[in-house]
Formats: sequence, structure tokens, C-alpha cells
Amino acid sequence: MTSSISAVLDKAYAGVRVLERATLEVEAGTVHALVGENGAGKSTLVKILAGITPADRGTLSISASAVDLATWDRRAARAAHIGIVQQHGAFAGTLSVVENAVLGAEPTRRGLLQLEPTAKALAALGQTIGLAIDPWVRVDTLSLGAAQRAEIVTALHFGAKLLLLDEPTAVLAPIEVEGLLATLRDLAKAGTTVLLVTHKLDEVRQVADAVTVLRGGASVSRFTGTVTHSSHFASQPAETTVAPRDGNPLDISAIARAMVGGELPPAPSSVPAPAAEAEPRLVLRKLSVGGELTAIELAVRAGEIVGVAGVDGNGQRELGHAIAGLIAHTGTVEIAGRDAAKMAPGTRLRAGLAHVPEDRMRGGLVLDSTVADNLSLGRIDITGRFRIDRAAVAKFADERIAELDIRPPARDAIVRSLSGGNQQKVVIGRELSRPNLVAVIAAQPTRGVDLGAVAKIHDRLRAAAEAGAGVLVISADLDELMALCHRIVVLLRGRIVGEVTALRAPDARATLGRLMTGLADARAGVG
Amino acid sequence: MSRDPDRQGLAVAIALLGSLALGSALMLCVGKSPGHVWWVMVRETLFLNEYNPGQILFRATSLALTGLSVSVALDAGLFNIAAEGQVIAGVVVCAIVGTALPPGTPAVVAVPLCLVSAVLAGAAIGFLIGAMKVWRGAPEVITSIMITAIVGGVALWLGNEVLFQNGTTTGVAIIPSAWLPALGLGGSAANVSVAITAFAVLALWWFRARTTWGQALRVVGRDPKAARAVGISVGRVQIAAMVGSGALAGLAAVNFVMGHKHAFEQGLGAGAGLLGISVAILGRLHPVGIAAAALLLSFLSVGGLATSQEVPKEISEMLQGVVVLAVACSVPIARRWRHAPQAPATVAGARVKP
Repeated sequence: MTSSISAVLDKAYAGVRVLERATLEVEAGTVHALVGENGAGKSTLVKILAGITPADRGTLSISASAVDLATWDRRAARAAHIGIVQQHGAFAGTLSVVENAVLGAEPTRRGLLQLEPTAKALAALGQTIGLAIDPWVRVDTLSLGAAQRAEIVTALHFGAKLLLLDEPTAVLAPIEVEGLLATLRDLAKAGTTVLLVTHKLDEVRQVADAVTVLRGGASVSRFTGTVTHSSHFASQPAETTVAPRDGNPLDISAIARAMVGGELPPAPSSVPAPAAEAEPRLVLRKLSVGGELTAIELAVRAGEIVGVAGVDGNGQRELGHAIAGLIAHTGTVEIAGRDAAKMAPGTRLRAGLAHVPEDRMRGGLVLDSTVADNLSLGRIDITGRFRIDRAAVAKFADERIAELDIRPPARDAIVRSLSGGNQQKVVIGRELSRPNLVAVIAAQPTRGVDLGAVAKIHDRLRAAAEAGAGVLVISADLDELMALCHRIVVLLRGRIVGEVTALRAPDARATLGRLMTGLADARAGVG
Repeated sequence: MSRDPDRQGLAVAIALLGSLALGSALMLCVGKSPGHVWWVMVRETLFLNEYNPGQILFRATSLALTGLSVSVALDAGLFNIAAEGQVIAGVVVCAIVGTALPPGTPAVVAVPLCLVSAVLAGAAIGFLIGAMKVWRGAPEVITSIMITAIVGGVALWLGNEVLFQNGTTTGVAIIPSAWLPALGLGGSAANVSVAITAFAVLALWWFRARTTWGQALRVVGRDPKAARAVGISVGRVQIAAMVGSGALAGLAAVNFVMGHKHAFEQGLGAGAGLLGISVAILGRLHPVGIAAAALLLSFLSVGGLATSQEVPKEISEMLQGVVVLAVACSVPIARRWRHAPQAPATVAGARVKP
């Protein structure tokens, strides 16, 4: 038996309309993509379907039988075999993967908790679908990508017939994305209905049977067609390849236009390569963190944008946190020639470092404070040393809001109420506007951020480099690094295993792919 | 700088109405007309004489300071249960300094000296708790309780061994130039400390809302990870918060020693620190709210005495607890009330009934 969805929904949060007659028709046994910019209402729509958030009014039918929205909750949705993997994860950090999986319905034998069968089943299922997980590891020790994998495997394990995925690929590496998309196709073929929230049109092209575009809380278009497959990697393992199918391809550019409600933003202009004699701004020597990061050697020169590619969980988080001084490390971090290894985080920032942390929800923002307070957080150059210059804070906030098009354009808005992309703009606005900017470390700067915001954030990173800062971008999104960087190093199991400098070369992407997956070894630089 | 003053105000209003209803029910249980008892309470405590309003001010002075003390620590995400011990430490040190000063010391020297010694005594204990928390990872709730017990023991031992005068439980009086003048409200204990406290309330309001230090305090309380990422030294802020918290509790001792008893007495200041926790919660951690909460709880406790002819005074003690619990529970209710009726206006401005 397969499940279909038919929904027309309205929802408002605190008087702000999020969904207005949002209409969704998903056919059974298909992969349906729900696309739209951040703040378009995608996550809200999915949460209503999963019974996590109540709808204000509307109609909802699952498998052609109408459900009562007043009593529609997570329990009812679970009974209807609806599984969900949320954007920021729903697993409790202090529990292991398997404990989270059974939470609320713990299997027992003679009154004692029995986890082994579930753990074994999870590990086996993960193996089968190419999302390897360790069921016994505590969730808060996992990277975001690994936690996401665990949630997907768990949802599938519990027999979801209708799988809702809220931007599952935002935290996955390219190779993992390929694997996941192939898995979704296989699931659909086997009868599972998949609703995939994304704003990566590349994924839509690869995997979706049909597409619904949300803009401003309303469905603006619905596209159907059949996907044609294209693979990035020449050396793609056979089992993750999506079989090409017949029919009309989806009109991707029409979808893109429907999403942004106009023409796409102009293609970015690239930053000229730094002069060979440009002085180094950020130098890492023998930088090591426990067993997570080993002897990193890297120099970023003024005006240069260096990318750090790699599958999530290979030391990226430790690299970013070590440079920012947030975790203990050995080796040296030089900021503009000064050794910062012994400096506290605040001292490093004052020495000219800007840090865009990996996860804005965990350390980038104070979610319950206002946009203005977050923009000037720790910025004594704006607030003043002791007495807060409120006029300056307001002026600074308004400037950043205008510069980055932060929406809603209200400096008194609570950051928690902003969409992910706009929250990230607040972090970018604070960090990249630091005075005497010497070096920028941007970790996953556009994770879970919509197209328009990505362009704005990339513009700001380029502007920082052009203004003479050395910029280090850590990202799991290879497209992002290819578009931004002058050269890319690859992190694998805590070491830099290679570097690609000629990014325009036709085989650059394939080389990076091989380095990231460990198929190529030891400094196999191209060009 | 409350994020949503309407909601906070509404929460407190709901809680007070609920408490009023519950108090009335209690009065009915003991066979009294609630309307009559409430009227007697208001008339006796506020309008009949100057003594009762004075007593309310006197009580509220200490409670406001201990409430502020607890709120400063809570702002930084720490629970200072040791306000009780800090008040008592302030009382002991203030009394000792006050008696040790040469009798001819002018007031301009004696008053600040005694006041600062009380503040420092509280601050020192706050520092100890903060330092143990930050540098040794000792949970502040546990250390607070233990240190309060130790301070209580030391105070009693000092009293018995050194300070108490032949067989009494009262020490030698501090020099008269260190006395804070009474306000003279019908012979009540209210004294100039009221003004000091009012100043502390306003200063703390300004500090929290308008300074980077106050902002750092609240950022550390809300999200220590974010605080660290933007360069705030979380440990330093936590220790500073405990020092400030202790200093405010120590300041409450001034009201007892310099303003009222003019000597160390067994049990002087006891209870003010613990009630401060209730005051901070009732005042929703806002300095002005805390001042109002201190006045309300003092009104109930003085009112309980004034109406003891009508109803058992335990009823008013129960009411103080009920009010605090009601406020602690009423925020979600207020949130629902504020948001539920606000159906979104549609583009045309017309609202469709579901």
C-alpha cells in the first residue's frame, strides 16, 4: 500500500501569515520535491503534514481519506505511517542513536530495555541503503551530517510509507547526497512516497517526479515531468547511480523563476587571484586537535579565498573551532603574523579574525534576542565599551539589514522568528563587518540558506577578500567552494590529503571527489 | 528591556487574580467574608496609621535587595541560593566593623565604611561560589546551600563566643554615627535604606538594559556557547555575576544593622535571602518588577498580622506562596491568551471564520 497526500493549508505564527491556501498534491509512490526560498513556508507545511505543528484551517487527505486537522498530531501521523526527518534534527543529544530511535516505544523483554535488535537492524539498514551509522554513539558527539543520516535510517526502519525530508542534503557531502538521492528513488520504486524539501534544483533535476513551488506561503506552480539523470562524479560507484528514465524533463529554469518570482540573480563575479607576493593573513602550523585533526599546515594570503572540502565529520568542525580558539589545540594559529595560539576567543576576534560558526543555532546567535542585539553582540566598536550607544546599535543594525536584505527588515525582531537564511545573514552581518578584518573563517556559511541569501553571503565573502582579508571557507557543498575559491584543500580523517588549484580544469571536480572519498591519496594536486 | 512587557504584565495580572480568588476561597473555608477581610487588610495596613506602611517599606527594602541579588545571578544562568548566607555574613561583618570603629568617627566615614563592609562580605561569598563553579565545576546550587549553612554556624558561634553580651543574644551596639536615620513613619523600622534600595533598583535596571556588561550577563545566561563565540569570557562573567549577586545580598544587611537594630542579634536578617528567590521569580527578573514584588509580599505579610483578629495569619503566609507559584505558572497561559485570538488578517482585511 502506498500513500498520497492532498492538502490545502493555512497557518499563521503570532499574526504573521506563513501559509495561505498552500496546496500540495503528491501522488503515491513518487518523489515529490517541495521547493522555495527560505521563509516560503516549506518547513511549516512539512511540520503540519507530520503532525508536529497544528494547522489553522484547511483540508488534508492522506491516501484519499480526509483527516480531521483538529486531532491531527504526531501520534496520528505516525499511525498513518508518516515519517519525518527535520532540518535541524529532532534527536536528543544526550542519548545514543538507538535510544533516540526507540524513544516513546521502547522495546522491552521481561521489563528490561532491549536495544540490541533495534541497533542491529539500524546498522544493517544503514549498510543496505549506503548511509552508514553507528547506533550506539551519542548523538551530540556526531556531526550534523552523521546525525541526519541516523535520523533518515531510523525513519525508514520504522516503516514510513510516506517519508518527509526537510532539507536532508543541506548537511551532507556530495557523495552522500548522491547516495541519498539514489536511495530515495529506490524507495519510491518500492512504493514509499517521498516528499523532499530542498532548494537545490540540481537535486530536483536528479530525483523528482513532480515539483511544487512555494512562494510567500502559497503554492505558485506545480511541475510534473520525468527526471533525466546527470552525475557529477566520473568515478561514481555503480550502486548509487540513478537509472535514467524516459519522458519529459522538468523545466528547471522555469522552476527557478517560479521560486524567486523573477529572473535569477546575476552570475557572481569572481575575485581576481591574489598577487604571488601577497602576505599571508592566516597561517596554520601543525594545528592538531586530539585525534580529530592532525598537523594541519595551511596559509591563506591577503585577498585569497581558500576552500576546505570534505565529507562532513572529517575534522571540519574542529578546524573551525580551533582557529577561533573555542577548543583546545596544539600547533600555531597566526593572524596577520601574530601567534594567536594562546589567545582567548575574544582576543583573536580583536586581532582581526571573523568567525562564522558551523551551526548558527549552536553558538552563532542568541535566538531569543533581537536582530539588532545579535548584530552588535560582542562588537564594542559599535556598542561602546561600557554604556551601550543605542543610536549606534540601531544605525548599525539598519545598515546591515539593508546591506544583506535581512527579512523582515525589523531590527527589533526576535532572531528565533527569522527563517534560517535570514538568521545566517545576521551572523554574516556581524562577523564580516568587523573593523580591521584580517582573516575570515566561514564554516558552512550557506548551509540551509536559500538561493537569494546564498548570493548575498557569497558577495560579502568575496568583498572581504577583495578588501584584503584572507578567507577560509569550510563547506560540504562542493558547488559553493568551486564558485568561491581560488584553491581547495581536502580534509579527510582530520588531515589535509590534497589540494586542487586549477579549479577550472575539467577534471578538478572528479579529483576533489576522489580525494574526499579517500580514493586518491597523498597530496595528489592537480595543476 | 523585557522582551514582551505586555505578556509579562498579563502573566502577573492573571496570577494575582488567581491568588485573590484562592485567598478568598481560603477565607470562606474559615467562615469569613472575603470582601470584609480584604477590606480590613487594605485599611489596616495602608490607611489606618503610618506604622504599617512603614513596616511594609522596611520589609520590602531587604526583600527587594535579595530579590535583585537572585535575579543578577539568574540573568547569568546561575541560581544563587546563598543570598540567605550572604545577608547574614553582611550582618555580622557590618556589626563588627560598626562596633570596632572609634566612637568619634564622623558619619561621612562610618556610614560608607560599614556599608561597604557589608557589601564586601556578601560579595566575597559570591566570589567563592562563582570561583568554585567556574574553576572547579562545583554546582552552585549545592555550594550555595552548604555555604549558607557554614555562614549560619559561624555567625552563631561568633555570637556565642565573642559578640553576645552577658547571657543575651544581642551584641554591642554599633557607634551612633553609623546609624542610618529612621524615616519616622509611626515608629516603624523604615529607614534611609529605602532610598539606597531605590537607587540600587534604578542602577541595576540601567546596568542590565543599557550597558555591554549587563548585555554580556544576559547573553551568558541565555546562550553561553554564543557568548563564547563572540568573545565573551563566560567564566569571568559568571564569577562577576556571583560577586554582584553577593554584594546586593550583603547590602540588604545595612537595612537590618545600620537602619534598624544597630547591633548584631541572633537571627537578624534570617529568611530575607530565601524569600529573595520568590521575589525574583515574582518580579520576573526585572528590577522594577522585583521592587513591586517585594512591596506586594511585604504587604501580604504585614496585612496578615493586621488581620489576625479576623483570620489565622497563616492564611496570609500561604497567600505569599500562592502568589509566587501562580506567577511562575502563568506565563504560558498569558502567551496563549495573547496569541490565540490574533487570527491573521487576510489581504482584504476580512477575517474568515474557520
